[in-house]
Amino acid sequence: MASLIAGGVDCDVHPAVPHLTSLLPYLNDYWRDQVTTRGMVDLVSQSYPPNSPIVARPDWRPETGKPGERLEDMQRHVLDPFQLKLAICNPLYGVQMVFSEDLQAAFCRALNAWLAKEWLDRDKRLRGSIVIPTQSVEKAVAEIERCAQDKRFVQVLMLVMGDTPLGKRALWPIYEAAEQHDLPVGIHAGSAYHNPPTAVGWGSYHIEDYVGQAQAFQTQLTSLIVEGVFAKYPRLKMVMLESGVSWISPYLWRLHKFWRGVRMETPWVDRAPLEIVRSNIRFSLQPFDAPPDEATLIRLFDHMQSDELVLFSTDYPHWQFDGQDALPEGLTPDLVRKIMIDNPHATYPRLT
Amino acid sequence: MNIQFRENLEAASLPTTKTAIADCDIHPARATRTELYPYLAKRWQHHLEVYGVHAYQGMMEGPPYPKAQPNASRRDAYPPEGGPQGSSLSFMQKQLLDPNNVQLGVLNPLNSGQGIRNHELSAALCSAINDWQIDKWTSKDKRLKASIVVGNEDGLSAAAEIRERAGDKNFVQVLLLSRNVEPLGQRRYWPIYQAAEEAGLPVGVHAFGFGGNPITPSGWPSYYIEEMVGHSQCQQSALASLVLEGVFERFPKLKMVMIEAGFGWAPSLAWRLDKTWQRLRSEVPHVKRPPSEYIREQVWWTTQPMEDPERREDLFDVINWIGWDRLLFATDYPHWDYDEPSRVLPAGVSDDNREAFYLGNAKKLYGIA
Repeated sequence: MASLIAGGVDCDVHPAVPHLTSLLPYLNDYWRDQVTTRGMVDLVSQSYPPNSPIVARPDWRPETGKPGERLEDMQRHVLDPFQLKLAICNPLYGVQMVFSEDLQAAFCRALNAWLAKEWLDRDKRLRGSIVIPTQSVEKAVAEIERCAQDKRFVQVLMLVMGDTPLGKRALWPIYEAAEQHDLPVGIHAGSAYHNPPTAVGWGSYHIEDYVGQAQAFQTQLTSLIVEGVFAKYPRLKMVMLESGVSWISPYLWRLHKFWRGVRMETPWVDRAPLEIVRSNIRFSLQPFDAPPDEATLIRLFDHMQSDELVLFSTDYPHWQFDGQDALPEGLTPDLVRKIMIDNPHATYPRLT
Repeated sequence: MNIQFRENLEAASLPTTKTAIADCDIHPARATRTELYPYLAKRWQHHLEVYGVHAYQGMMEGPPYPKAQPNASRRDAYPPEGGPQGSSLSFMQKQLLDPNNVQLGVLNPLNSGQGIRNHELSAALCSAINDWQIDKWTSKDKRLKASIVVGNEDGLSAAAEIRERAGDKNFVQVLLLSRNVEPLGQRRYWPIYQAAEEAGLPVGVHAFGFGGNPITPSGWPSYYIEEMVGHSQCQQSALASLVLEGVFERFPKLKMVMIEAGFGWAPSLAWRLDKTWQRLRSEVPHVKRPPSEYIREQVWWTTQPMEDPERREDLFDVINWIGWDRLLFATDYPHWDYDEPSRVLPAGVSDDNREAFYLGNAKKLYGIA
């Protein structure tokens, strides 16, 4: 494996909400009463069944509770041993799954307040992502405006599978607010399950949903690019989190070909998709979904024709690699430095 | 890509490709609205006149994603005698088969009875289109071979149609579309795979189809380009389903062909399946081997539309990862994104690989001497 360097930025770690009751202190009286009176229990998404092997490395799985629910574990497992300067917390709690926009907004607000108090306040290396209630664009923008005052929030977080394709114009006020506040928009693996988790319907298995994340990222990139998000918001960065990386180039070769063929349909797309991706889109490293051989890795990175696309991530506590082997074999020291330090800082203006 | 007249003039000035080729994705069309009626019972003729066709999408006329060109076809492919592109055998011979020295042409009729909510109508239309393929095409030109079109949502009647056509040398494969009511690995489709395996026929999965699901996992997109690019994602999900439901394990002699959805995604999908299967295999104990092994042994890809990297040689890495023995050349005639046979492979490909790519793999797979 390539050698890690100190001072890196981990762009995808997952602090877990122990239980819905953990959010009660961050809900107002009305919502606290709603949660308790109506007997709402935990919000656990099928995207990450807590006991699934992929959801926690065996040596990162606590004896009790959810993987990633204790700061001390995160410090002991990644922040200290990987000698990280910074780590960006992306909570994966099922707040996007409820159908009421009011409830969704209340839960998002509580989740962000919980993250600030219980994680960001307790370790100076941690930064946060703003989880937004995408069912209401108005409420999502309000939550961005509220959290953006706290400079430790460095990105807006959305799921790759939501209610609509992410390029849809109705969502653009979210992107406008993000761009204004120097917040990249992180698109993370996972579904609100408001649509079937594949483009051809409901599969049978958890493994199918997980493999299918990559296809969801592909369709979202198409949507974001052809709807013209980056023509309208050229400074906006988007980061594909836990997306996989080996599909990027062949996918873009196909998109580029069709764009050349039918670009008259979307004349506002003012640059080639390949250029847009190189300037505005980034990808987190893990899960690195290529075979563990150096020759293949060298070809894959060469196909990207850019050393700026990939950002370091451990995807803690998910089980994507063992030991310290977060960096696949074959990365040059220069590329390691780009991935671990330069690229994250170039992507997230608020990282200091 | 079909860049119209300038392209045609350039092509005319090039030396003709003498090498014989197979074209594994040709779309024959009906010249008139009622061309299938002779093959349909009176009941279904009446049904079509009164109620029309109700697919798993709301429009009775016109596509929800308007194509870039009429019928998504080349503007120079209208037959001189009239009718839509692809509806005339003599013009297809003149424009496609003769000048390109097509030795084997595989017909994949679209809009022909699949993805329809009334499953009885679906079965009747599919049977009619299969008779029509013989009468209008394969019996009149021996280079052409047909695909058995089956009512995809009713596995039992689809299997019956396959058994009825089994052994008929006019047919070389069974045809499904990628978008169905459920992912293609689901049990409702297994009778199709069983019958195809018994008949020794590959199952082709062509892009498109209507299954009622939003065509992205995050809802309905806006544009034709999203549908077009998205065919590769639909195909990936369909193939992942086939692997993870254990279809290849249960039907070890089954061969499947991924048609018109690109192939550049194949290595990445196989790697991702393997890596995830290492972690989660206890959920799918019926998947006994790494997914990439099933794919390597039992799946083929047609080439059109070929991915188009800025540096063309990058595509060779992908082809080497897939295997030169797994690609089947196709033009997609008469559709607009036609791949021109003389142009798709740059110099530097060995003679053996070139022959396999253009002809050998297809003849072997489809059992053509």
